[in-house]
Amino acid sequence: MEIVAINQISPDQVILFQWGWIVINATLVYTWMVMGLLVVGSILITRGLSPERAMSRWQNLLEVILSNVRSEIGEIAKDGADNYFPFIGTLFLFILFSNILTFIPGYVAPTSALTTTSALAVMVFFAVPIFGITKLGVIEYLKEYFRPNVIFFPFHVMGEFSRTLALAVRLFGNLMSHEKVIAILLAVTPLFFPIVMQALGLLIGLIQAYIFAILAMVYIASASQSHEESEHKGKKHGQEAPEK
Amino acid sequence: MDSISIIAMASIITAGLCMAIGSIGPALGQGRAVHSALSSIAQQPDERNSLTRTLFVGLAMIESIAIYCFVISMILVFANPFWTYIVKKAGG
Repeated sequence: MEIVAINQISPDQVILFQWGWIVINATLVYTWMVMGLLVVGSILITRGLSPERAMSRWQNLLEVILSNVRSEIGEIAKDGADNYFPFIGTLFLFILFSNILTFIPGYVAPTSALTTTSALAVMVFFAVPIFGITKLGVIEYLKEYFRPNVIFFPFHVMGEFSRTLALAVRLFGNLMSHEKVIAILLAVTPLFFPIVMQALGLLIGLIQAYIFAILAMVYIASASQSHEESEHKGKKHGQEAPEK
Repeated sequence: MDSISIIAMASIITAGLCMAIGSIGPALGQGRAVHSALSSIAQQPDERNSLTRTLFVGLAMIESIAIYCFVISMILVFANPFWTYIVKKAGG
């Protein structure tokens, strides 16, 4: 089942329903499907939580996922994962589910549209100063932009923008390229190789979700910790924010 | 040659060249990164988790260059603005 034709570069161009200025395209539909799946699934699982060892297998699954995400965040954040856990965990789960559901026929990953990934990247772009300011205060946060020297101010600003662009384009490029490769392989060698590529796509989807969440966490951590860390170590220049 | 075939030919050749040249650098870079990460893991297996995480972040950074090239060649092939313009002009 082909939803997105091979000459269409993103599911934004597949318009399912149009009424006046309201346009419902495939990206919106699948985004809402993933969101509904996550919300309904979480509500169903967390309805009967049990603190004992005898728990439902779904609760066990959820606990495994959440504790792993939490420990990964905790290793980067140093000051406890609980501040960042809701944001990063939501990003990770949403991207993960919208990526790996591609094995369902007729499903198009909403993350293979540049609009979705740009929205996610813009969320990270605004989350970095919000977390940084709540942690350090406005003055201390703004001082980070002039950290080694005043000359570095434009480079810091440029880095903020270019890494947001890279975050969006990376996720979009990986997912979209994978879809196109499968579509081309279906035309060339129909039966076996597309299945192998689909299986590889599960791995790609998982790794991209991991990378997106980890990069968002690294950006936030570098914005909210660099000064503190440099103060503790008695150094003048703390960790630089990773550019790009 | 009319302008339609010039634009088509230039886009296709440029898309191929962009992919070919643009993937050399990231491929070499990723090879170096994985090489040193593997030898570091072999030396210090205890630090495997943090090494792997740093490796993934670094690979993502390197990979984004190849992804830029890929997106540009995809735009050239599938959503070429010059092509759309010239076809619209020839049609209307």
